[in-house]
Amino acid sequence: MTDAVLTHSDSRISALPGWRVAALIAGVVAIAFIISWIVPGAWDYPTQAIIPFAEWISAIMLWIKATFTWATRGLADLVNIPLQLAIGFLAKGYRIYLTEGFITLPRFSWVGVCAVAAFVGYRFGGLKLALLSGLSFLAIALFRQWDSAMLTLALILVCVPICVVTGLLLGIWGYLNPKVNRVLIMPALDLLQTIPTFAYLIPMLLLFGNSPVSALLATGLFATPPMVRATVLGLSKVPQDIKDFADMAGCTRRQKLWRVLVPSAKPSLMLGVNQVIMLALNMVIISSMIGAGGLGYDVLLALRALKVGQAMEAGLAIVVLAIVLDRVSQAAALKRPEQDTTQKPWVQRHASLIAILAVLAVTTLASLVLPAFGKVPNEITFTTAPAWKAAVDWVTVNYFDVIEAVRITFLLYVLNPLRAFFEGLPWLGVVLLLAFAGWRLGGIWLALIVALLTAFCATTGLWVQTMATLYLCGVAALIAAAIGIPIGVWASRSDRVEKVVTPFIDTLQTIPSFCFIIPVVMLFRVGDVTALIATVAFAVVPAIRYTNHGIRQVPHELIEAGTAAGCTKRQLFWRVQLPVAMPEIMLGLNQTILLSLSMIVICAMIGTRDLGQEVFKALSKADSGKGLVAGLAIAFIGIIADRLITAWVERLKAKRGLA
Amino acid sequence: MTDVKRPVKLSCRNLWKVFGAGSEEFMRRNNGAASAQALGEARLIGAVRQASIDVHEGEIFIVMGLSGSGKSTLLRCLSRLIEPTYGEVNFDGRDLLKASDAELIEIRRHKMGMVFQHFALLPHLTVLENVGFPLSVQGVPKPEQKKRAQAVIDLVGLKGREHHYPRELSGGQQQRVGIARSLAVEPEIWFLDEPFSALDPLIRREMQSELMRLQGVLKKTIVFITHDFDEAIKLADRIAIMKDGEIIQIGAPEELVLNPATDYVAEFTRDVNRAKVMSAQSLMRASAAGGQHAGKVDAKAKVETFAADIVGANLPFAVTDGKGRLLGEVTPQAVIDLLAGRHVKQAQP
Ligand SMILES: Nc1ncnc2c1ncn2[C@@H]1O[C@H](COP(=O)(O)OP(=O)(O)OP(=O)(O)O)[C@@H](O)[C@H]1O
Ligand SMILES: [Mg+2]
Repeated sequence: MTDAVLTHSDSRISALPGWRVAALIAGVVAIAFIISWIVPGAWDYPTQAIIPFAEWISAIMLWIKATFTWATRGLADLVNIPLQLAIGFLAKGYRIYLTEGFITLPRFSWVGVCAVAAFVGYRFGGLKLALLSGLSFLAIALFRQWDSAMLTLALILVCVPICVVTGLLLGIWGYLNPKVNRVLIMPALDLLQTIPTFAYLIPMLLLFGNSPVSALLATGLFATPPMVRATVLGLSKVPQDIKDFADMAGCTRRQKLWRVLVPSAKPSLMLGVNQVIMLALNMVIISSMIGAGGLGYDVLLALRALKVGQAMEAGLAIVVLAIVLDRVSQAAALKRPEQDTTQKPWVQRHASLIAILAVLAVTTLASLVLPAFGKVPNEITFTTAPAWKAAVDWVTVNYFDVIEAVRITFLLYVLNPLRAFFEGLPWLGVVLLLAFAGWRLGGIWLALIVALLTAFCATTGLWVQTMATLYLCGVAALIAAAIGIPIGVWASRSDRVEKVVTPFIDTLQTIPSFCFIIPVVMLFRVGDVTALIATVAFAVVPAIRYTNHGIRQVPHELIEAGTAAGCTKRQLFWRVQLPVAMPEIMLGLNQTILLSLSMIVICAMIGTRDLGQEVFKALSKADSGKGLVAGLAIAFIGIIADRLITAWVERLKAKRGLA
Repeated sequence: MTDVKRPVKLSCRNLWKVFGAGSEEFMRRNNGAASAQALGEARLIGAVRQASIDVHEGEIFIVMGLSGSGKSTLLRCLSRLIEPTYGEVNFDGRDLLKASDAELIEIRRHKMGMVFQHFALLPHLTVLENVGFPLSVQGVPKPEQKKRAQAVIDLVGLKGREHHYPRELSGGQQQRVGIARSLAVEPEIWFLDEPFSALDPLIRREMQSELMRLQGVLKKTIVFITHDFDEAIKLADRIAIMKDGEIIQIGAPEELVLNPATDYVAEFTRDVNRAKVMSAQSLMRASAAGGQHAGKVDAKAKVETFAADIVGANLPFAVTDGKGRLLGEVTPQAVIDLLAGRHVKQAQP
C-alpha cells in the first residue's frame, strides 16, 4: 500500500521525471524479488529458525506473576476501593460490612442522576447541552439500559481521574526533562498507542484475573497517553513571556509549575481530558472481555447469541453515552471563568456542588419510600429490540440475494486474490523494499528501523498473518481514502457541504470502535467483508477532516496568484490547491491507516484471519507470550507506516519551504 | 538627565550571549573577545557582543535597535533570565551572575519588576489577582496583598476593573495591568521589553505619557527596550543603539542627533524632528554686546517649546542657565534653519 502511494507521489514531487522514478522502483522491486528467489529461506521463513519470543515473554510474565503477587494484590486492593464505591453508588448499592452482616446503602436514584446530568450540562453549555445530556440519560433509563450503563459509567468515573493525574505527572516530567521525553516517554507512548487494544487485556488478565480491576488497569494504560501528550504540548506552548514572568516574579520552581504553567496550559490540558474520557469509554467497552461488565458485556453476549435487537440497543446506549460525555467534557474544556467569585462566601462559591449533592440525596432518600425512584419502573420502559430484529429480518428476507451476491463477488474477485497475493510475498523481499523506501525518505536510520521491525514479524513466525493484516488494513485504508478524500475536497469547496459533513464526522468520531461492528454484522454476517465495511466507516473521518482542512488553509494569495495567471478552476485545483494541501492530506491518510489498523484488529471478533485473530485466540487462552508478540507485530506495522509517511511529509514540506 | 552623576544601579561589562553548541567553551578560549567573522566560522550566533553599559539610579535608559539586533537578549542577560555566555553584570554593586538560585529569587521578588511585550498576564486570574500574584508568591498575607495591589491598580487608572479577567480588557488596559503588576513589589529597577509595541499608535502615545507621569511620581531606574526611535527620544534620558548584537553608541538623544558615531546612527536620526530633540543650548551663540532680547529661555528647553514665540517675535532670545545667569542667545534665523532642516552643526560653548 505504502509503495503504491510512494510511486504516485514521487512522480509528482520528485525532481526526477516520472518515468525515471517508475523505472527506479521497478528495478528495485525486481532486484528484491530476485534476491528472494536466490537466497534460501528468503521466501517462506524457515520454521526451525523462528525466534521463540512468545515463549520468553510467557516465561517472564509467569515469573512476574509468581514473584510480585504481593504487588499485584496490593494494587488490585487499592484500585478496588474507589471502584467498589463508584459501582456501589451508581449501580449496585454500596455494602458496608459490620461485625454481623452488612447494610446496603441504596444506589443513587436514576431520577437524581438524570437531573444531575442535565444540571451539569447546563452549567457547562447552557440549555441546549442540558437538554442533550438530561434526555440522553433519560433515554438510557427508559430503554432498559440503566444498570449496565451505570456500571460502565462507574468504571469511567474512577478511571479518568487516575489517568488524568498520572498523565499530567508524566507529562510534567517529560516537559521538564526534554531528553527523558525524547528517548523514553514519546517512544513508549507511540508503542502504547499502536499496540492493539486486545493485547493490553492479556497481561492484565494474567496478573489480575477476570475482574473489573483488570479492565480498569487495561483501560488506564490505554487512555493515559493522550493526557501525557496534551500536557507536554500544553506546557511547551505556554508563551515564553509568561514563563519569563514567572521567573521575574520570583517564583520558586514549584510555584512556577503549579501556579503559572499548569493553569496557563489549562485549555490544552482539558482537551487532553476529553480525549482520555473518550478513549476510556472505548476501552471499557472492549475490556468487557476481561470482566468489565456493563454495556460492552451486553453487546458481547448479544452478538454471541446473535440477538440482533439487544446488541443494537446496548450499542446505541454506548453511542449516546459517548456523545454526552464528549459534548459535556468539550464544553467544560472551553468554559472559562465567567465572573470573579472569590469575593463570595463559601456556600455561594460551591453552590453547584451543593445542589448536585442535595438532588442526589433527596431523590435517593425518596427511593427508599418510592420504589419507582430506585428502579426504573417497567411500566414506563420500552424496548426497541423487536423492531430492530424485524427490520433486519425484513432486509434479509427481501435483499438477501443482493447482499450475498455483492458480498461473494467482492470476496471472490477482489479480496481473496489480493489476500493470496499479499500472503505469498517473500519476507526478505518486503524487508528490502521497505528498507529502501525508508532510506530514500528518511535516511539510513529510518531504513534500519523499518527493516528491523519488518524482520521481527517474519522471525517470530507470523509472516503470513502479518501480510493478511497488511492486506486487510491496506484495502480498508485505501477504500476509506477513496471515499474520504473526495468528500473532504467537496466539503472544502462548499461551506454548505462542510456544515452538513462536520457534525456527521464529529459524531462518527465519538462512537467507540466496537459499535461499528454491530449493524454491519447483522447484514453481512461474519468475515472479511464485514470487517472491511466496519473499518472503513471507522477510519474514514481523518481522511475527510484533513483533506478539507488542508485545502481550506491554502493561502489566499496563492489562489489569487493562480487566478491572475489565468488558471481555470480545474487547473487551480489540480495545480495549486491540491499540491499545496498535499502534506496535510497525507497526514490524514496516515491517521486513516492507523485507525484502520486498530479497527481491523478488533474485527478479529468476527472471524478475520490475521494478527488480530492471533491476539484474540491468545486472549481466550490467556497466553500472554503469543498475544504480546502478535500485538507487537501489529504495533510495528503501524509504526512503520507512520514513520514512512511522516518522513515523506517532512520531505514534501521541506521541498515546499513549509518546514 | 541631570548633570550631577547619580550612582550606578545596574551595569554590565563585556557582556556576551552566544547561541550555539560549545559557545561557552569558545568564549573562554578566546578570552571574551571574538570577531563576528570568528563566530560565524564556529557556527555560533552572537546575539549580544561585548556590551558594556551603566544604568544610573532614577534614569530612563533606552535600548534601541532593529528587530533581531539583540535587545531582548541583552535585557534577559541583565535580569539573568538567560545566562550570559561571558562577562559581568553588577546590580547594586554585587555580581549578579554569582547569585545563587535562592538569592536570585529574593532579588527578583523585592528589587526587580518587568513588563512584557505581549503582557504575559495569567489568563485564569482576575486583574486584582494578577497584580497581587508577585506578592502572593512571596507569601505576603492576603489582606495586605489586596491593599497593595489595589493601590497600584488605582495608580495606573484601572480602578473599577479589579474583578475582570484579562481577556475582557483592551490591549492598552491589559498592559496597564502588566505595569501595575510589575510595580506591586515596589521594585528598584524596572525592565520594560517593548511594552507598547503591540498597541495601536494612539494608545501607544497615551501609554507613553502615562509612563512619563508614573516616572514623575516613582522615579524608578528604568531599562526600556524599543525599536521605535521616536518613542526612544520621547522617553529617554540616554539611549543605547544596538546593531547585530553590538552597542554602537550610547548617549542622550541630543548627542545622538548632533554627533552620530556611525552612518548607521546618523541614518536613524535623520528623520527625527530636531525641534523636539535639540535644546536652546545647542543653537546658542555668544550674545552680541548690548543686543536686544525679546525673551528668555532656559538652556535645556527644547527648541519646540519656544520656536513659535521666537519666530513670531523675530528677535533673539536670551539663553540662561538654571540660576538665571545669561549664557548666550538664540536667533530666530537659527531656529528657522533648524526647522527647515538646514541646521549646520555648531560648536558647543
Ligand atoms: N534561543 C536562541 N537560539 C538561537 N538564536 C537566538 C535565540 N534567541 C535569540 N536568538 C537570536 O539572537 C538574535 C537577537 O534576538 P533578540 O530576540 O534579542 O532580538 P530583538 O532585538 O529583541 O528583536 P525583536 O525586536 O524582534 O524582539 C536574533 O538573531 C535571534 O535569531
Ligand atoms: Mg525582542
